[in-house]
Parts: sequence; structure tokens; C-alpha cells
Amino acid sequence: MRAFTYERAQSPADAAAAVARVQGAKFIAGGTNLLDLMKLEIETPTHLVDIGGLGLDRIETKPDGGLRIGALVRNTDLAADQRVRRDYGVLSRALLAGASGQLRNKATTAGNLLQRTRCPYFYDTAQPCNKRRPGSGCAALGGVSRQSAVLGVSDACIASHPSDMAVAMRALDATVETVRPDGKVRSLPIADLHRLPGNTPHVENTLAAGELITAVELPKPVGGVHVYHKVRDRASYAFALVSVAAIVQRDGSGRVALGGVAPKPWRVEAAEAELPRGARAVTPRLLAGARPTNDNAFKVLLVERTLDAVLVEAAEAKGTKGTRR
Amino acid sequence: MDEEQDSLEVTRRELLILGAASAAAVTAPAEAMAKAEAGPVRLPVMSKVSLEVNGNPHTLELDTRTTLLDALREHLQLTGTKKGCDHGQCGACTVIVEGRRINSCLTLAVMHAGDRITTIEGLGTPARLHPMQAAFVKHDGYQCGYCTPGQICSAVAVIGEIKAGVPSHATGDLMAAPNITVAELRERMSGNICRCGAYSNIIDAIVEVAGSRA
Repeated sequence: MRAFTYERAQSPADAAAAVARVQGAKFIAGGTNLLDLMKLEIETPTHLVDIGGLGLDRIETKPDGGLRIGALVRNTDLAADQRVRRDYGVLSRALLAGASGQLRNKATTAGNLLQRTRCPYFYDTAQPCNKRRPGSGCAALGGVSRQSAVLGVSDACIASHPSDMAVAMRALDATVETVRPDGKVRSLPIADLHRLPGNTPHVENTLAAGELITAVELPKPVGGVHVYHKVRDRASYAFALVSVAAIVQRDGSGRVALGGVAPKPWRVEAAEAELPRGARAVTPRLLAGARPTNDNAFKVLLVERTLDAVLVEAAEAKGTKGTRR
Repeated sequence: MDEEQDSLEVTRRELLILGAASAAAVTAPAEAMAKAEAGPVRLPVMSKVSLEVNGNPHTLELDTRTTLLDALREHLQLTGTKKGCDHGQCGACTVIVEGRRINSCLTLAVMHAGDRITTIEGLGTPARLHPMQAAFVKHDGYQCGYCTPGQICSAVAVIGEIKAGVPSHATGDLMAAPNITVAELRERMSGNICRCGAYSNIIDAIVEVAGSRA
């Protein structure tokens, strides 16, 4: 690990200003992903701004009935919140399908959104990786790519986004609230937070230098049956091969977002009109433009079958309360 | 001949050092490349941190890079907490901070100013074992024992999490209080790896302490 200076921020705006002021500075919250990468010298910050003491760890009910989730709410606490369990079950289920109990106790809401890919070639510093070292090439293309993305990829990068939480938030139409180094706040739809790799896979999101996520807002509850179904190589503590977050209404209409298949949570609103007609009717649009490798071509069929299972579960659950996994 | 024999005799520790040196030689080019890219050498930055470990206050002067795990093991000589993977994947370093289990390898000591930390040494002593420690002994919940301190710290916290109503991936109804079942315990303990494979005995030990309702 490379040496760094360390400070505790006094306010969100101060933190943003501090990171913008010092070249090579980074925020640290839970630290579970950043420290992992710092040990491998994939991340080499010169200065860490600890935002842990900023009080952004509350979940508040908004006047419109929605929820405002502080950026530093721990994954455990968000999954366990009674309002989330009752009204946003897909989010609880997604969080509980991710990581381990120890990691969820440390990992934060904003940190989860901004975590880096677990592509093995991003982690292996002896291999080329356009995300880690721009212009060096992509070892995953033609390498072992079983876990890699099949949608939204480019010739420069096929890394997938590892979050479960973000997939549920995409299905819930969450918005992300930020503060910039000049103190200005803004909100953006979660759909606009992550960028596709294109020719610049090292640029992973649309936040400006020093811009700090302060909260994630959920619109008022939409009802329906909530399902998060994650398919992985182990029964627990493994990243998704494919995951499906779904909210299905009594009439069969609903929303679907996918995890494990793209560089960002994947949702195609135009495909959702077909949901009442079943998974096979949805996938042509949902998976349009898929570019799998030989290693991960199975993901295309696995999405359709997982979605099919999810829709069957949702139909069975109609009229009963609660969330399925 | 005797002399030659002596020169060939290497202690286990020396062998490990030699092994590390040859491994370093192999990876040297990649490391050198990475270091050249990362810019000039940076000097260590020292920082003072006060924390409470097993009820005892400590103030340490640490390199900011020091993880909580290394602070416990290398600076406070509390070597019960183990370093397995050092990347949050194995759970051997699990300790309880402010009542919650975390991976002590993936957090910096400077981030824990004022925190109360419980390690395996704080749960019980050889003369007065914590009930979970006694249950692990009784049920033979280990073979080599390396993962055991992390397993026990995790298990103690897991029972607390279930009692506090925190749901898990194994919880059937999100709106109901979770029960202490084998399925719940197995899911909640998945962040603690045991390469000897003592899992079934570990679960037996936790079930005995928790009082199964399964």
C-alpha cells in the first residue's frame, strides 16, 4: 500500500472541497472495496478524506411518502429497515443477497453504488486492463470471461458491475443526491450515474471530481410483488452470474432490472410492456445488442430462464403479501 | 561433511523467507512497473489513534496505512485475531467493533478513534471460556484452528443479529422476525471460510449456544 495523509471531514461540502483541492485524494467511508484495491496498489490515493462522521447515516420518510437514504447508511441497516422490508422488498432482498454479514456491516449505500468491478484482469496488475491502465488493452476479451458482461460492453472493456443493491435501486427508479466542491447540490436518476465503457472504461460514472453522494432517494412505494433472484456459483457469498430484480403488479405489468450482465444495472423500459406475455416476449428487447464471449454466452439464456422463474414466482405470490427471493 | 550438512540445514522460518524472496524475484518486473507508474516514493505518514480493546484503553502512534487487524496483532500483540487472506474474503480477521462484526483487515485503525473493539481474547479466557468458545471445544468445531477466532467472533455476533431481528438471505418472510435455524446460521456464517471443513461441527456448536428453534 502506498503512503497517504488522512483527514476527517467536518461537513459534506468540506469533504467535497478537500477531495477537489488535493490531487489524488479520495473519499473513504466503509473502505471495504477501496482498501482491498489499495493493498494491491490498483488504487493509490495520496490523501484520504474520511466521511464516516458526517451523520449521513439516517433513513427518513419524505413528505411524498418516499424514502431518503443517507449515503452512509450501512447495507445491513438498509436491508433491516422496516419501511424498506415492507415497501421496497426488492431492495432488502438484493442487499441480503450480496457480500457477507461482516462486509454488509461496513459497506455503505454510496460506496456500494461506486464499488469497482471484480473482473479478475482488473485485479491482476500483471495483465493489461484499460480500466486500470488506460490504453493497455483488455485481457478479459479472449481470456477467462465467465463472469464478464454481455450487454453495454465495448472492444475496450467487458467488465460487469458487481452490485446487487444498485440493480434493485434501478428497478425502483431511485435518484442520487450529490454535493459538489463549490457546495452546489444536484439530483440525478440512478440510470444516469454509471457510464458504459466505450473507449474510456476508466471513467465509470458521471460525477465530477470531488462530487460526493450524500443520499439516495426512493419514490413513494409502487406496491406489487417484489422479487430479487440471484444466480451464482455458490449458494452464498458470491457475485452474480445473472440477477433479476422485479416488481410485478396484479395485472402482470411491472419493471425488471438485471445484474451481473452489464457494466451498470441493466434496465430497458421499452421491453417491460411485454412482461404480461412472459419472459420470452421480454428478452428480445431487454437483451438487444448482447455481445457475449464463448465463456459467457450462457448468460443470455440464463437471463430468460431466471426471468421466467421470477414471473412464475410473482404470479404465485399474487394476493399474498411479502417479498420473494 | 558435517560442515556441508550444517550449511544445508535451513530452519522453517528461513525457508519461508527464501520462498518469499524467490516469489518476489518472479513478480519484480510487474511490481517495478506499477511503482514507476505510481510516481515518486511517498514517506510514511504517522497518526495518533486512541481506541478501547477488550475494555482497555490504548493510544497508538501508527502509520496511516495500518489496518485494524495489524494494529491488534503487531502493535497490541493480540495475535488471537488471524490474518488469512487480508482481503475480506475469508473472515479469519473478524472482530466485533461497537457491537458489530467486521473484517478487521479491510478497515484502517485511524478510522476507529474512540471505538470499542472486542477480539477473541476479550470474549473469554482459558480459565473462563465464553459459552461459544466452550461449545466449539465440545463439538470439535475446528481442525487446524486458524479460522476459529474469526468463526467464534462471527458466531457471537450472528446470534445478536438474529435476536435484533436483522433478516438474512435465508429468511423466508421479510416482515417476520428471523428464527434461529440451521439454514439461517449457515447463510449468516458464509463470510467465515474453514478450509479444514469443520462446518457441520461449527453449526452444532452455534446451535447449542443459540438454542435452536428449528
